[in-house]
Amino acid sequence: MQIIQPHYHGIARTAQDYERMAMSGVVAVAEPAFWAGFDRAYPETFLDYFRQISEFEPTRAAQYGIRHFCWVAVNPKEAENPALGREVLRHMPDFFRRPTVLGVGEIGFHKTTRHEEAIFEEQLALASEHHQLVLIHTPHLQDKVRGTRRTLEILRHMQIEPGRVWIDHVEEHTIREPLEAGYWVGLTLYPITKCSPRRAVDMLEMYGRERILVNSSADWGPSDPFTLQECICEFRRRGHSLQDAIEIFHNNPCRFLGQNPKFDIKPIRITEE
Amino acid sequence: MLPAEKVLDLYFLDARCMLIEIAALLDRYDRAVQGQPGEVPSSTDRLDSIYQALTLLAERDCTHDRSARLLNLFSDLP
Repeated sequence: MQIIQPHYHGIARTAQDYERMAMSGVVAVAEPAFWAGFDRAYPETFLDYFRQISEFEPTRAAQYGIRHFCWVAVNPKEAENPALGREVLRHMPDFFRRPTVLGVGEIGFHKTTRHEEAIFEEQLALASEHHQLVLIHTPHLQDKVRGTRRTLEILRHMQIEPGRVWIDHVEEHTIREPLEAGYWVGLTLYPITKCSPRRAVDMLEMYGRERILVNSSADWGPSDPFTLQECICEFRRRGHSLQDAIEIFHNNPCRFLGQNPKFDIKPIRITEE
Repeated sequence: MLPAEKVLDLYFLDARCMLIEIAALLDRYDRAVQGQPGEVPSSTDRLDSIYQALTLLAERDCTHDRSARLLNLFSDLP
């Protein structure tokens, strides 16, 4: 089965992960810009990172036949330094023109602070001005509900088109409101701290497959890119059809990411099972 | 032996994850029963044992043998 991994931090992973993903059916990944595990001191460090994910990382993935796309942004944690963030934002439009850059992400909240909110709003305005897709990170653990609610308030206030926004890392207590408001949502599969493959399939069964993306994130922390395949196995084990699996794990990423014409992988339909 | 605070530092998130998984299982079961009202399970012994285990775990003041008591609960004892 062909799979798209829509949220994947390739620079934190090995070539063997690409190889095994390719062998398991992954045809494309999309890499949002995120926190490196430490706060960067210089705007240029961000710009080199954007070059890494928009120039070099596609060549690593291509060695295994995987298409690599990316997003650029000042991540929520480093938005706590607004002067640095604004300097990075000044250069982001240069990257919007690159052939594999899909939009602005991941942005949003970490601790839902005043500085985070200011940089979040400025990045939403930038995305809107340049007609870019938006990928929003929602906070971890005990901060998730508050951060998600504030995210929705800001999006409503700024009148961002919901169908071009993906609100990621939703769980059972935060999925309903973004979906009902017309946004895309992402279920992020982590071994301990986010959603499990079984719970993700529960939510797919409860909410249907419209505007839902499933991803492993897979970064430098405790994470596993193959939780996505585990989720597909769980989905199929419960009796759902192969075409339904393709709709969720391949075609939905095509539908959302394909709103940017640079993402040219099309939805597929099997003729028989 | 680890200090008490360190035990929570190391294992709280694991416990949180496992508890949410149990909650999700119970939700999944209830949805299945509601979705197929004509197909009631022939026995609810296993489900009953989960609820008994949760009751046992909800006791804050008890002896430090919760794991053994749970294992006995899930055992066919002579």
